[in-house]
Order: sequence, then structure tokens, then C-alpha cells
Amino acid sequence: MLSVSLAGAKLQNPTVLASGVLGTTGASLIRVAKEGAGAVTTKSISLEARKGHPTPVITTFDAGMINAVGLSNPGIKDFLPELEAAVKGSPSPVIASIFASTIEEFGELAKEVSQAKPSLIELNISCPNVNDEFGRPFACDAVSSSEVVKAAKKGTAIPLFVKLSPNVANIGAIAQAVEKAGADGITAINTVGPGMQINIEAAMPVLTNKVGGVSGPAIKPVAVRCVYDIYKATKLPIIGTGGVTNARDAIEMVMAGATAVGIGSAVYYGGVEVFSEIPKGMREFMESEGYSKIEKMRGIAHEE
Amino acid sequence: MRNDEFIVMPIAQTKDETKTSRTFFFDYNLNSKPGQFVMLWLPGVGEKPISVSGEKEGRFSVTVCAVGPVSKAICELKKGDKLGFRGPFGTHYSIPKDVESIAVVGGGYGSAPLAYLCEHAIAQGKKAYFIEGARDSAHLLFAKRMEDAGAEVLLATDDGSEGVKGFPTDLLKDALKAHKIDRVFSCGPEIMMKKVAEISAHFNVSSEVSMERYMKCGIGVCGQCAVDELGICLCKEGPVISGKTALSLKEFGNYFRDSSGKKIEYNSRRV
Ligand SMILES: Cc1cc2nc3c(=O)[nH]c(=O)nc-3n(C[C@H](O)[C@H](O)[C@H](O)COP(=O)(O)O)c2cc1C
Ligand code: FES
Repeated sequence: MLSVSLAGAKLQNPTVLASGVLGTTGASLIRVAKEGAGAVTTKSISLEARKGHPTPVITTFDAGMINAVGLSNPGIKDFLPELEAAVKGSPSPVIASIFASTIEEFGELAKEVSQAKPSLIELNISCPNVNDEFGRPFACDAVSSSEVVKAAKKGTAIPLFVKLSPNVANIGAIAQAVEKAGADGITAINTVGPGMQINIEAAMPVLTNKVGGVSGPAIKPVAVRCVYDIYKATKLPIIGTGGVTNARDAIEMVMAGATAVGIGSAVYYGGVEVFSEIPKGMREFMESEGYSKIEKMRGIAHEE
Repeated sequence: MRNDEFIVMPIAQTKDETKTSRTFFFDYNLNSKPGQFVMLWLPGVGEKPISVSGEKEGRFSVTVCAVGPVSKAICELKKGDKLGFRGPFGTHYSIPKDVESIAVVGGGYGSAPLAYLCEHAIAQGKKAYFIEGARDSAHLLFAKRMEDAGAEVLLATDDGSEGVKGFPTDLLKDALKAHKIDRVFSCGPEIMMKKVAEISAHFNVSSEVSMERYMKCGIGVCGQCAVDELGICLCKEGPVISGKTALSLKEFGNYFRDSSGKKIEYNSRRV
């Protein structure tokens, strides 16, 4: 009833651990998969190690959180054994997220990461945390987005998902461009913003980096609209991500056109248990509303 | 909806504990339990996880040792200066009803949550053995506070300048031999805690240790503090875990991860 397929990867249920939330080590990925996630995505990995921004790197507000973790990761060489352990020990498909500062590096990394045989590779071209270092994220521009996809395609035969940013004028056009370049699917969205929180007693921004990407319930309407636009613009499977905290949110994503549903910040509100609770709630909803399969709901909101 | 924003408020009082450590009191009802921590934030400087070192009657405290740039800057602060905190986070030490007497073993800066725990235990009518180890008498943290609270205080120093010359783990062994102790708690260097967990297991007494890892979010989201091979996050499913769980962790006493996630062996680290 709930199983879905993402470019050949079989998921028992549509929940996917979003990149950057847990997923820092092999053991952590396996743990989340065992809790019930349909697939798990690694923290985004780069060629070289990165320490990330100085703390505080996360702060919360009434309806979500702002993070400036800064893509910390041990670099591909140290991460490969973790990824291999995850692929071996995880009961569900593992998605390897990678990011680079140049188009060529994306190709190199795609090749490197493929050694561990993840089910899918996700190209993170949309992290707002590293703007100042790398200029505008690739995802803000249709041409550079497709260049990244082409470079990565040359480096690997594993299906490629492209993670898009909501912070663009026309996300549908970018989706079409990466589809044409050979992408096998789209993950949307990355964090919104950047945003800022000022503590008024301290009279200064809370994050040391001052700004960070906004996630959680506050961004759900933006995510749903983006998924809706991408579904309309392309035929690619979508991992609809952004502000999903319960089964109703997940159904909403599917109705907008998502094949699978990415879950990140919800771990803060509901713990890793959300990966068993959301599928359970989805099943209950489908039974009471008379949907026999998840496909019956996918993109249903587009029907006139 | 859950929200753990920083609360920034003036420090109500400070107290110097040793030459390099200072306790800060806040008039705030944190509702903490012994073993839990807060993220302390000095605006403009940085953030640091720190154990709650006491709480009663609407006032809680943290004890900060000046080791890194952030903690050094915090230790310069005086009464009335503003400091931020979010929390309390993580698991806490547990004293089941049928436990009548406890022993705590602290080393280095680990005594802060243990002093809080002993006060808590004594208030519940339990007997507490407070075992502390340090380089020398000048580095002992809470011996006086624990004597005043009514704990049995047993001290060990490397140079013998106070208490016995030797290790706190030897004092624990002697205490377990000589007295009826129902549960052992520890916080401090990981090698010491590993010994504590092993000794307790040898005497068939259950133990709890406070295992720390580099932390970023403190709220179980970023994955920075995940430990091998259970994959649990120590900011949420720790820092306090049973000695048995700790001994089952491949990395306990062996390695930890730096802020990039690279593994660092304990013995290769210069201290
Ligand atoms: C702490 C944190 C770290 C993140 N790190 C990454 C990352 O490394 N790579 C990435 O593609 N997205 C990263 N994201 C974005 C999430 O994968 C997700 O796209 C976004 O948070 C929206 O989903 P949510 O509302 O369910 O969290 C991160 C998000 C958070 C909260
Ligand atoms: S510090 Fe972020 S998960 Fe523990």
C-alpha cells in the first residue's frame, strides 16, 4: 500500500531521512533505517573535510528552526567506510548526498562516492549556508544546475537526484533544465531563506554565522507549492521535503506530486519515532478515505 | 510546538571554585535533573554545552572551567553580566526507590553534575559517597560543598596533596568492598568512567556514566554526537547512559569525533 519506487530504488514506505539531520555516520543511518525510514540520506559530503561554522549553529523558534551548520563533514575519504557500513547494514536504501564548489568536483565526487554503492546519489546544489564562500548556489541558475548534473552523470551510473532550492523565481524551469540534463529525480526543497533570529536581550543575532537556512513547519506551504510546480513541469519522481512533521503533512506532499517524503526537522519535534508513526498515520488515512495505493493520491491536487 | 530558544539574563551570583573554575547562578526555574546539561551562550563569543551543577528553589547553577576560548571568556563574567542558556537537555542520573546508598566518582571537571546528584540523593534520605580525583588539592572542586551536604567525602590526588595519593577508581573499589552501595555514578575522563563501569560490573552493582561528545545542536538533530555502533545521539539519548550500554559502545574510551566528524583516537590526542 505504501511502497514506492525512486528511480529503481524500492522503499517500503515513502518516508526519507533528509540530508543533514542525523545521518552523519554509518551507525546513525542504520539506526534511522531500523526505526522505519523508507530510505535514509547521508549528511552532504565534500571532497575535503569541513569543520562547519562556529556555534551556535542552530536555533529554534515557534514554528521551526534556523541552521548554519555549514556543511561540516569528514570529507569523502573518511566518509566512505561509514557509507559502506550503512549500505551493508541498512534495511532500506541509502542515498548519498554530495556537494562541491565547482562543477568538475561534482563529477569527481560522484565517482568517488559510487564506490560504496549507494542506491541513489543526491546532488546538493542548494545549500544556503555556504553562499559567501562559493557565491550563489548552483541551484539558483538553470544553466549551472544542468552543468552539475552532466558532470556528475559522467562520473557515475547510479541514479542522480538533484536537490533544489526554493529561493528562486521559477523552480519549475530549473527542474525542467535538470531533467533535460539527465537527472533521475528531484529532492525539493532545501532550507528557505536565509533567515535570521535576533535575541532581544542580547541585542544581536543568535547564530554566529548571523543567518541560516529555515526549516520545519514554517516552510511547509513553500515546500508544497514547490513540489506542485515541479510535478507540473517535469515527469521526474520527487522527494517532497520541507516542514513535514506528521502523516497529514506527508499526504499533502504526495497530493502535490511527491513520490516520497523527506523528513528532517520533525526529528526535533517527534524523535526518530516519526519514521514509524508517519507511515502508520498515512495508512490509516488511506484506509478511511478509500485510497488503495499511494499512487492514487500522487498529484491528485492537480486534477481540475 | 516545542521551542528551545535561548534565554538571556543577568547572572544572579558567582562563586569561585578553583583558580580556573567559577560557578554561575541564575534566578530561573530550569526544572533540571542531575546529569542534564544546558547550552551556554555568551553573545558575540560562542556557545558551549555545560552540565547543570545544582538547582533548588528557583535558582540553578553551572560550573565552568576555563579551558577553551569560550569557557575562558565566560569565566571572566561577573554578577549582573548577561549570559544565555537553552535547555535543560539530555538524560539524567536515576536513583530508583529501592536504592539506599550511592557512590559517585568524579574526575577533572566531572564532579559538577555529581555534586548536584548527591544533594538530590541526600534530600531523599539516601547515603552518598562522594569520590573525587584531581591533579592536586587546588583542583578539587566540590569537597567542601559535599561535606556540608552530608556526603561521605573520599579524595584522591595525583600528588597526594589531599586525600590519598592515587586514583579515584581505587577509592571506589575500597568503598564497594567496605560498604553496601546500591548504585554507582560517574562523570569525568572517559578512561576513568570505563574503569568505573567495569569495577561496578565486577561487584555486580549497576552504574551510570555521563558520556560526552562534541555537540552542535544539543537537540538530537544534527547528528554530530552520534556514537558507534548504536548510532544514538548523546545529546538526547545521553549524556547519562548505563555503564552496561557504555561498555557496549565501540568508541567508549577509544575514540571520538571532531567537529568535522573525523575520528580521533583518545591515546593519539595530546592533553
Ligand atoms: C540541521 C540541518 C542540517 C541540514 N544539512 C543539510 C545538508 O547537509 N545537505 C542538504 O542537502 N540539506 C541539509 N538540510 C536541509 C534538509 O535536508 C531539508 O531539505 C530541510 O531542512 C527542509 O526539511 P525539514 O523541514 O523537514 O527539515 C539541513 C537541515 C537541517 C535542519
Ligand atoms: S549535538 Fe546535534 S544531534 Fe547531538
